[in-house]
Amino acid sequence: MSSKKVFVSGDEAVAMGARLARPHVVAAYPITPQTIVVERLSEMVEDGSLEAEFMHVESEHSAMSAAIGASSVGARTFTATSSQGLLYMAEGLHYASGGRFPVVMMNANRSVALPWSIFGDLRDSLSQLDSGWIQVYVEDAQEALDMTLQAFRIAEDQKVLTPFMVNLDGFVLTHTYEEIIVPEQEKVDAFLPAFKTPSKMSMDAPMNMGFSSSPADNMEFKFQQHMAMMDAMPVIEATDQAFGQAFGRYYKGMVDAYLCDDAEVVLVTVGSITGTARVVVNSMRAEGKKVGLLKLRYMRPFPVEQLQDNVRGKAAVGVLDKDISFGMEGTIYTNINSAMARGGLSIPTYNFIAGMGGRNISRDDIRYMFDALMEVADGGASRKQVEFVNMGVTIDE
Amino acid sequence: MNRPKHILHKRPQHIDEYPVGPTFRAGYLPDKNAGWRTFRPVIDQEACVNCMMCYLVCPDGTIYKTDEGLYVDYDFCKGCGVCAHQCHVEAIKMVKEEHDEQ
Amino acid sequence: MSKTATKRVNAKNITDKEFFYGHKACAGCGGSLAVRLALKVLGERTYSVLPAGCMSAVGFIYPQMAFNSNAVISMFPGAASMASGVSVGSKALGIENTHTVVFAGDGGTADIGLQALSGAIDRNDKLIYICYDNEAYMNTGIQKSGLTPLGTKTTTTPAGTKVGGSRTHKKNLFEIVAAHDIEYAATASIGYPVDFMNKVKKASEVEGTSYIHVFASCPTGWGTPTETSVEIAKEAVDCGLWYLAEYQNHKFTLNKRPKELKPAADYLGKQGRFKHLGQEDIDEIVRHRDARWQRMTREWE
Repeated sequence: MSSKKVFVSGDEAVAMGARLARPHVVAAYPITPQTIVVERLSEMVEDGSLEAEFMHVESEHSAMSAAIGASSVGARTFTATSSQGLLYMAEGLHYASGGRFPVVMMNANRSVALPWSIFGDLRDSLSQLDSGWIQVYVEDAQEALDMTLQAFRIAEDQKVLTPFMVNLDGFVLTHTYEEIIVPEQEKVDAFLPAFKTPSKMSMDAPMNMGFSSSPADNMEFKFQQHMAMMDAMPVIEATDQAFGQAFGRYYKGMVDAYLCDDAEVVLVTVGSITGTARVVVNSMRAEGKKVGLLKLRYMRPFPVEQLQDNVRGKAAVGVLDKDISFGMEGTIYTNINSAMARGGLSIPTYNFIAGMGGRNISRDDIRYMFDALMEVADGGASRKQVEFVNMGVTIDE
Repeated sequence: MNRPKHILHKRPQHIDEYPVGPTFRAGYLPDKNAGWRTFRPVIDQEACVNCMMCYLVCPDGTIYKTDEGLYVDYDFCKGCGVCAHQCHVEAIKMVKEEHDEQ
Repeated sequence: MSKTATKRVNAKNITDKEFFYGHKACAGCGGSLAVRLALKVLGERTYSVLPAGCMSAVGFIYPQMAFNSNAVISMFPGAASMASGVSVGSKALGIENTHTVVFAGDGGTADIGLQALSGAIDRNDKLIYICYDNEAYMNTGIQKSGLTPLGTKTTTTPAGTKVGGSRTHKKNLFEIVAAHDIEYAATASIGYPVDFMNKVKKASEVEGTSYIHVFASCPTGWGTPTETSVEIAKEAVDCGLWYLAEYQNHKFTLNKRPKELKPAADYLGKQGRFKHLGQEDIDEIVRHRDARWQRMTREWE
């Protein structure tokens, strides 16, 4: 199959990426807006283009449990979920990462009940940042397919052996159609070697896996896990380079800085909203305003140094969070502030909470954020640090 | 080897000596269970009729077959007494352990 | 699969190898005997999956690894789903002639693990699910489970005059499993160890999901002397409070039909967990037992 252009949704792009990666086992449970992924994968099994065992599990907890089981005998596994499902399998996320099982999972970012919502925001995956999974957030359907491929290679790297979550904004990205290039199978086979791991049960070398550790050893295992995640950073950068060389598309590693070098203010975004923000930056630059955009691709491991390098010397930094940690602030904001504090950077930072439960974020909303940052840069009056943008009602201050 | 033996285990000194994640070789026993016993089973080889009942019902699998008869692995026997209780011909006696007085 | 009669397994022809050895289970543990015997029947090419519970807790605490063949601990609700993954994963990798077996307690099966068990049977992946039933959450300190019989003193159903022990009968898990029209399911007891081993052998020949419910005494939780563990598990069957049966080819078979069931009160009286029972509870236990036996002897072969 040679590379070709197709017009597909984000979900379909993920399914095509998963097929190219040749997983041995797919175990997934349907949930809006991920359903298209599993439907396409089962169609691919039916038409013979995907030679995987497709397991119809009866819940998301079982999906992760089965994926870990398959991984424990050395099989390459893929699964997908969203919001409620991600949280139902929450203990399984820790289990996979602590067990060093490099499962790859697509997550369709969707708001978490209550209230019920099938629409997108980042509350689901951001609430699981501590679960030990590598987390990437993609901007468009091409990146969704490409990162599904990179995910297996990074996760299965012998220095990493850590599970990998590929996040797509629910509906906005999962269900909108774009033209993408599907790589050739032979090139993917060359890019993605067979899955090998010392952490597996085999008949040649019987193992006891998933054991308990006493207080005498637990910290050492956790340290190992943390170091594996830190060691993933150079692997991520190297994989981005290798992917670019093989397929002609580079994603610039852990962060993608757009016109940050000479910017006075920088807005940090995660996920598909970055595309809209790029358009706003272009308009404002045309008006002579020195604004910059930092797309955070990975939330874990967190690119502390790259973040510091791109905001050093700026007058103000804004963080767009499609999330709120109630009683505090947006989760991305917390991570940004910590990275900046660790670098001794005392620059004013502002959290813009937007797009919760599928609320639209328009170019005007993003322009509002940049205008606010520019006002601070120009020595304007101090403003709220955490602000909900584009509320449908007035609120008393 | 039909069953694992007690092994001397050296604790890791450097982080790289730990296994990658919670995975370790099957059948590895740095710790004996002998210290659990108050009574130890003693098999009277003359009285034994080789019915294998004791071998079958030991929860710890410590009774093993040899050409000379059935013997107990005292490294791992916990002294539960099921073997003696189930023996049809009373060929096993539970004998008090001789421990050093503190 | 050969259709000729399987040679009967016994203490003399079973492998000399031990696959569950050096574990930290209580002296006289019925559950560990069940695991030990099942693994001897299944042999070396076996993947064992165990959820949280006594057998996983005593089997693998780094660096003491008491499983002498492949074994992995699953999440508590996920033994059956993880085992499905192991079975399907090894199939996908082309690894042949292996067994995948679950050893899960009554709590891990009838309560928190029931959903995953149901899903596994539905998918009919090749695995053997063995529930070792000691009638409470023993590993966490003897709390009531869905398989705790009526009137039992547990740490969450204390003896006393207000409530006085657990107030519900055991869930009929064997029949719940059979209702899935599983290819093979059986009840067993460590009190009848040869019967149990032969049921494991039968289960191992199923090209799909099979289930064995093995009654496994617990001297710690039941308040019985350690040396009587096998005997008390036999007495449970002899007095009818447990039974030996199979479900295969869409029908139930009672393996053992005693002409007369021994008195339940004798069996109950030997155990610390039943010492407080009043006559009302004993009568209800006997009534429930008799009603079940009437139905089983009438409807089963």
